[in-house]
Amino acid sequence: MARFEGTETYVATDDLRVAVNAAIALERPLLVKGEPGTGKTILAHEVAKALGKSLVTWHIKSTTKAQQGLYEYDAVARLRDSQLGDPKVQDIRNYIARGKLWEAFTADEAPVLLIDEIDKADIEFPNDLLLELDRMEFYVYETRETVVARHRPIVVITSNNEKELPDAFLRRCFFHYIRFPDRDTMLRIVDVHYPEIQKTLVREALNVFYELRDVPGLKKKPSTSELLDWLKLLMVEDIPADALRSRDQGKLIPPLHGALLKSEQDVHLFERLAFLHRRERGG
Amino acid sequence: MFINFFLELRQAKVPVSLREYLTLLEAMRHNLAAFSVEDFYYLSRSALVKDERNLDKFDRVFGHHFKGLEEAAEAAVEIPEEWLRKLAEKLLTEEEMKQIEALGGLDKLMEELKKRLAEQKGRHQGGSKWIGTAGTSPFGAYGYNPEGVRIGQDGNRSNRAVKVWDKREFKNLDDRVELGTRNIKLALRRLRQFAREGAAEELDLDDTIRSTARNAGWLDIKLVPERHNAAKVLLLMDIGGSMDGHVRTCEELFSAARAEFKHLEFFYFHNCPYEALWRDAWRRHVEKTPTMQVMHTYDSSYKLIFVGDASMSPYEVVQPGGSVEHWNEEAGEVWLRRLLVTYPKAVWLNPVPERYWEGTPSIHLLHELMEGRMFPLTLDGLDRAMRRLTR
Repeated sequence: MARFEGTETYVATDDLRVAVNAAIALERPLLVKGEPGTGKTILAHEVAKALGKSLVTWHIKSTTKAQQGLYEYDAVARLRDSQLGDPKVQDIRNYIARGKLWEAFTADEAPVLLIDEIDKADIEFPNDLLLELDRMEFYVYETRETVVARHRPIVVITSNNEKELPDAFLRRCFFHYIRFPDRDTMLRIVDVHYPEIQKTLVREALNVFYELRDVPGLKKKPSTSELLDWLKLLMVEDIPADALRSRDQGKLIPPLHGALLKSEQDVHLFERLAFLHRRERGG
Repeated sequence: MFINFFLELRQAKVPVSLREYLTLLEAMRHNLAAFSVEDFYYLSRSALVKDERNLDKFDRVFGHHFKGLEEAAEAAVEIPEEWLRKLAEKLLTEEEMKQIEALGGLDKLMEELKKRLAEQKGRHQGGSKWIGTAGTSPFGAYGYNPEGVRIGQDGNRSNRAVKVWDKREFKNLDDRVELGTRNIKLALRRLRQFAREGAAEELDLDDTIRSTARNAGWLDIKLVPERHNAAKVLLLMDIGGSMDGHVRTCEELFSAARAEFKHLEFFYFHNCPYEALWRDAWRRHVEKTPTMQVMHTYDSSYKLIFVGDASMSPYEVVQPGGSVEHWNEEAGEVWLRRLLVTYPKAVWLNPVPERYWEGTPSIHLLHELMEGRMFPLTLDGLDRAMRRLTR
């Protein structure tokens, strides 16, 4: 049986590994939640990569309907063609567009199916997919055929917690909440992404980063993906590690802060706090 | 097998069902968490808990129920030297034995092993030094089956797992604690009401058929508006005085609410709404909006949400002229009733914890005036309030 142990570019903590492997072994969907930017979507990509499977991605928007994942029947196009006397009209299959689920079900080898940001959709959306994800089959009314999965895909579902998911749906899933990584895990994550980066720079950057996350009242706390972007910028701009340390004497705000703080209010708040902090020290 | 654990979870109000329990058993049968307490903890957590708000409760029950288990796991680490030596003799070929000799003999190896075990207990972390970690350890290289012996790993894991659930890292995700912006956003979305308003998007089959027929069979497609969020909210917030301590929570609620609704009107009041409200908290003595005008401007389809601690002298509610700031001709109670008549769908959110409500006469009073529609400002309270509003 295939097991997921993390990859060269993805640090999987023990609890995440157990959850992923349980979901794979028992063929249940894995529901992943967590702060934005902690690697929920990437997880599916990495699972696919680690197990050597293809990835089918279904991004959910607020207007997405469950049916669209199965198939869509374009009745209007057919009506129009019938008026124009197009011979295509005879076969209804010409007007059925396959959805992502169909694609995943008919793949030659079991793929990894990522249903991304399921909470964006209507509240009924997960319920509408219950049977399909449970039995891995659905019925096409127009052609009167049942599409059955040739191999059960590995289903990874992500949620940003904008809506409650229905209980019946949750019961069928394995659940994992990606916690914000602690310092050690973060060091490992940085290491797999930028193996050539200077250790001192990372240490100083992490100090600044965790300090920033502790600032009370930030609208959007910087997350892992923002830290990685920031480190990349620091490397590209060739900022020395001391520049991060010498903050309290010279500049108030870390260099290239735009990668970490995404809202103007947060920048102002941080500047104000840093100013107060400095004054306290100075006086 | 774990039926008591399951029942204990249910008692602690973790919503686990039989289905999830069976899933866990199935997973155990697949040997997914074979011999490690930590893996079992992760597996059961992933199978039984489906909402991060319940993770903390789960940790507590797990810690309680499996207390003493960690000691058992610890004891298992103490593998008798004899046995290990025999195992080595049995498993190793002549050639490998020679290699061990090169390292300093079997005794030396045992010594090294013990040292590492002791060291590991102190440090609790994995790495390339330990037995069974991807074969980079000298022990792995000499053919000790890492799965079979698992000396360092087991001890390490169980230790860490105990720490994991004892740390209670998910405490702040429990829904009975105070709110952060994210939590509020979540609960406010309950208010979303789907009304048929907005841009044309969906095919209206009936109208299309009718129009096509009228068009002598020539296709005439008609569309109806797609469903679209149209919840209207009138937010009245208490500011100043006893609310100062809660202003931050309220601002968070406000910032969350603002992103959530298209039709959102907000006003401030002090302690209790009277004949005037104001839009800007800092200019309240300059710019006032008569409450009557507010009631006439926004119709009864608006949902009214008060945010306030309702902690004041009861006179401020029931007596004309009771306000602390100005002379009010009519009592706050009268204005509150008027607002409630105009807006049948109304709730009061109170940042004061629910257990103190009975002890404060004014809260009690307003709670009655609101006909029991006062809810605490926690995620759970917001949930109840929103459900009440959409009812």
